[in-house]
Amino acid sequence: MKYLLLLVGEESVWVNASEEERRQMYAMHEKLGVELARKNAFVAGEELAHSSSATTVRNEGGKSLISDGPYAEVTEHLGGFYLIEAANLDEALGYAKMLPGTVEVRPVVEHQG
Amino acid sequence: MQAALAEAYRAHWARLLALLTKQFGDLDLAEEALQEAFAAASRAWGQGPPENTAGWLMTAARRKGLDTLRRRAARERRHRQAWLDAEPRDEDDAMLPDERLGLIFMCCHPALSREAQVALTLRAVAGLLTETIARLFLVPVPTMAARLTRAKDKIRAARIPFREPEGEELVERIAGALAVIYLIFTEGYAPREEDAVVRQDLCEHAIRLGRAMVDVAPRSREARALLALMMLQHARRAARADASGMVLRLADQDRKLWARDEIAEGLAMLEAIEGEGFCGPYHLQAAIAAEHARADRPADWRVVAGLYALLEAVQPSPFARLNRAVAVMEGFGAARGLELLADVEAQLAGHGPMHLARGEMLLRIGERQAGKLAIERALELSGKAGERRYLAQRLREIG
Repeated sequence: MKYLLLLVGEESVWVNASEEERRQMYAMHEKLGVELARKNAFVAGEELAHSSSATTVRNEGGKSLISDGPYAEVTEHLGGFYLIEAANLDEALGYAKMLPGTVEVRPVVEHQG
Repeated sequence: MQAALAEAYRAHWARLLALLTKQFGDLDLAEEALQEAFAAASRAWGQGPPENTAGWLMTAARRKGLDTLRRRAARERRHRQAWLDAEPRDEDDAMLPDERLGLIFMCCHPALSREAQVALTLRAVAGLLTETIARLFLVPVPTMAARLTRAKDKIRAARIPFREPEGEELVERIAGALAVIYLIFTEGYAPREEDAVVRQDLCEHAIRLGRAMVDVAPRSREARALLALMMLQHARRAARADASGMVLRLADQDRKLWARDEIAEGLAMLEAIEGEGFCGPYHLQAAIAAEHARADRPADWRVVAGLYALLEAVQPSPFARLNRAVAVMEGFGAARGLELLADVEAQLAGHGPMHLARGEMLLRIGERQAGKLAIERALELSGKAGERRYLAQRLREIG
């Protein structure tokens, strides 16, 4: 079964991080990458550009409203994601624990047929 | 026949539900199948129960569960052949393994809210009906039913597994399960609302769960310590309030009303782990309860104060500090108690028992007016009739 690991947090933490802190965070991602590859559990994963680069499209009543910024005014933003394969939630949480900061773990709906 | 059925329910519900959940990989399906099996038993056991009651129920429940799976498979055209072809054999009681720990861990999984953990544990492990759990927690039945449904939906959607972890994770998960059990006990021992001084049924469910935990995790000293703690506290139930429902302090309780056999069992349980040099939070709390439960003499408050100091070190909280300050007042004098209380006064400003403790300390050092004010504040903050009655009486004594 697939799970999406959403990396959320204050972007300022990343922006203000020192070289050394960034190196440490990247090292954690690398370690997870190796582990996922070893278990053949990696499906996809990317680091996202700063939320200030986001554009939101709202499709309603046949019209598309385009606006600057992320979809909601929040202080915590999505900074990246992993799509992984795991047998159950405990396994998915095991991967999430290897990452820095806050991680939301969401199961992916499996459609039949 | 009804008695045999009730006995079978009490003895086997959790074990059978654990096995079925593990086999079907679906708590909801397992629960439904087991309920139907009990319903079938109430019809079939008219001539007297079978020799293998658990085996009979297990076989019946597996048939029901498989029927459901077959219906679903036919509807969804999703074949789980391995399962669907297997016709359940007749089960023998002696051959049924005990998988309750996996069930407990599923119900107390940290991915579920604490509320959901409590409700699920009472439903699945203690075998209580939704209506009963709703009544115990003073919420409408539909609210409790929705809470259970949401929890089971999450288990299914997020695929919370039926498994027994190892190593450090096992220790963590046992601690989580014990916290759920103690929460149920505390809700009974010191109800937040309602006028009852103690809600015996909740305490008893928690103690039964504690026993189950000791059964399935015999190597966990904290599990045994928690059971000892709950037994020692619960043994005083008959003495904790007077006939009018007024809460009584330990010193004023009629010790003849304490359940001596339960205290003896709790103390023996505690002694068995004492030599192992282990000091978890439940162990320390049980040791404190044991000191209070001695028959031959009143508690040695200096010992109690020392134990509370350790407890505060292991599990720092303003409440731990409050308890410690009270013990220190009794063992070493009110002035030292006040010093310890000073750090948490602001944090506990809305907590009645803190004001009561502070009031008593002030009275003892001769600050009559300030002491009285503090106890009046405790009375203002208390919403419980039995407590209020005690505080009002105390204020009259002070004059």
